[in-house]
Amino acid sequence: MMEPAKDSTETGGEPLLRVEDLVVEYRLAGKVVHAVSGVSFVLARGETLGLVGESGCGKSTLARALLQLTPARSGRVLFDGIDLTTVAGAALRALRRRLQIIFQDPIASLNPRRRVADLIAEPLRIAGVRDEAEHERRMIEVLEAVGLDPSQVRGRFAHEFSGGQCQRICIARALILEPELIVCDEPVSALDVSIRAQILNLLEAMKARYGLTLLFIAHDLAVVKAVSDRVAVMYLGKLCEVAPTEHLFRNPGHPYTALLLQAIPRPDPAAPIPERVALGEPPSPMAPPSGCRFRTRCQRAAARCSEEEPQLTEIAPKQLVACHFPLRGGVEASLAER
Amino acid sequence: MGAATQARPARPLLAIEGVSVELPTPRGALRAVAGVSLELAAGRTLGIVGESGSGKTMLSRAVARLLPRRAKLTGAVHFDGHNLAELDAEALRRLRGRSLAFVFQDPMTSLNPVLTIGAQIIETLREHLGLDRSAAVRRAIELLGQVGIPSPDQRLRQYPHQFSGGMRQRVAIAIALSCEPKLLIADEPTTALDVTVQAQILDLLAREQRRRGMAMILITHDLGVVAGRTDEVAVMYAGRVVERAPTHILFKAMRMPYTQALIAAIPKLDAPPHTPLKAISGLPPDLTRPSEGCAFAPRCPYASGRCRQSPPPLTGSGAQQFACWHPLEPAVATAP
Repeated sequence: MMEPAKDSTETGGEPLLRVEDLVVEYRLAGKVVHAVSGVSFVLARGETLGLVGESGCGKSTLARALLQLTPARSGRVLFDGIDLTTVAGAALRALRRRLQIIFQDPIASLNPRRRVADLIAEPLRIAGVRDEAEHERRMIEVLEAVGLDPSQVRGRFAHEFSGGQCQRICIARALILEPELIVCDEPVSALDVSIRAQILNLLEAMKARYGLTLLFIAHDLAVVKAVSDRVAVMYLGKLCEVAPTEHLFRNPGHPYTALLLQAIPRPDPAAPIPERVALGEPPSPMAPPSGCRFRTRCQRAAARCSEEEPQLTEIAPKQLVACHFPLRGGVEASLAER
Repeated sequence: MGAATQARPARPLLAIEGVSVELPTPRGALRAVAGVSLELAAGRTLGIVGESGSGKTMLSRAVARLLPRRAKLTGAVHFDGHNLAELDAEALRRLRGRSLAFVFQDPMTSLNPVLTIGAQIIETLREHLGLDRSAAVRRAIELLGQVGIPSPDQRLRQYPHQFSGGMRQRVAIAIALSCEPKLLIADEPTTALDVTVQAQILDLLAREQRRRGMAMILITHDLGVVAGRTDEVAVMYAGRVVERAPTHILFKAMRMPYTQALIAAIPKLDAPPHTPLKAISGLPPDLTRPSEGCAFAPRCPYASGRCRQSPPPLTGSGAQQFACWHPLEPAVATAP
């Protein structure tokens, strides 16, 4: 029943984060929404795992469940060996210093009535750091690290800043407790193209400077590719593929991954627009299809796909795919290759 | 009217001449659009690309005179033989329903939540085309089928909330197409949608545009969206058109440094992971405090004293125009 998470990371040691068969469900209008249905993965120290999927696939619910902001129905979230689903109160608060989250809407994430200096130092106060001089020193350090001038910004309010600057403030706020893991939930989706690249470069620089481990959630595969060591593809509450980034983009194993790759608009007028056969839309997470959840949109679906649920299986070194009929290079994969 | 248009085929379907839009704000007048001139021939597609605040949406609203009440519009818009400034409200309303149609980012902008989608399409068809009820129902079913809605005869009886975001956008497109418009303005039609649904909606728009021979303006912040789907692209920055060129030229031989920077900032799918991105430094300008010179100068690696003092006019020969004192050399201006 409970399958052990497969360790497909480079490092041999115990990963920083190990998620085992995590299930999150909630009720909506009398029905059960199967938001996360048995997700397992590992995240090694210093690694960036990209998590992609369409809206409603459960990626944000998964992020919230990792930080215990949403209760899991079952499964384990092992952070540095400690199961977060079993700790509460002060013990959980102490652990939360070590994992932080950055949200999509940077302006909504910041209290409009607090000044930047307070916003940044607030996590320290909550964590019980009493030394005001220490607050000051660390606030200045993180503001400088994210490219903001502390003397210029410390007395201002969030509404005085653009979306990109607010995201810098959110990143500074996440960094001040010197966390080990940051979950980035669509951190650049609300930003303009010219600012997006600044923030992605900043995240990469912060990762190197503070030795961070990142779970980077996005719907844009090009953005995910730019920052991730490995990519996990999520569909309707389940992971359908996990693979090293370059390999996944060259040789997608799951038909859904191939579909996602094929759908990205390319900034190249010479690139042919692929002939698309009915892609359809994802079914409701309130009534997921039997067997493989992707089968209703899959061209390769056969009788077996509705009867037997495919499990994540290693089809190539470090490439896990949950499909009875995975793509293995050749024509179909090259169609999706970019 | 039709004969006159045919006698002078060179006359564009749409001509925007020196259009400016000013919006009052607590901090003073905001110049959202600053003297834009553009033309579009019948059956052609134009992409308008810009970041938020570049004026692309305000420009498209100015074309249909759908601006906020307090906005101040100057300049002229000629569409299909009419000077829109001279039309009264009733004539404008008829024009907007029939020959000029819109698709918005949020389909609920144009859908009424308390009416079935059938009622909404049928109303449009009867109002603008004068069809009788049974003809309108038949046509509505046909239209929904054309935009890829399964079992259209049943979905006609459903309300907008019973449709997914992508299906709602298809309905909005069906209504926009229902009166066979000569020009469809699609303002970020896929920004709220997932990447797989976005691809389907863009394919649908491209197919219907070709099939109907209608002109289309595709407004987006995403250069990837316009790349394979437009004849021409206009890049906007701080309320102005800063470069305009046939799409294939714009991507390969752009002259304006902003265009180059915008293309370079997109993460490349063929680059290995962790390749540093070419970010554009600085921030877009504050439009309530217009700069003396080129609005892009503070962020431009090539800017000189002249750029900070006087705004470069839109110049260039033939199909490609650009507003820059130090344009990139055409020979070396390849995509970085």
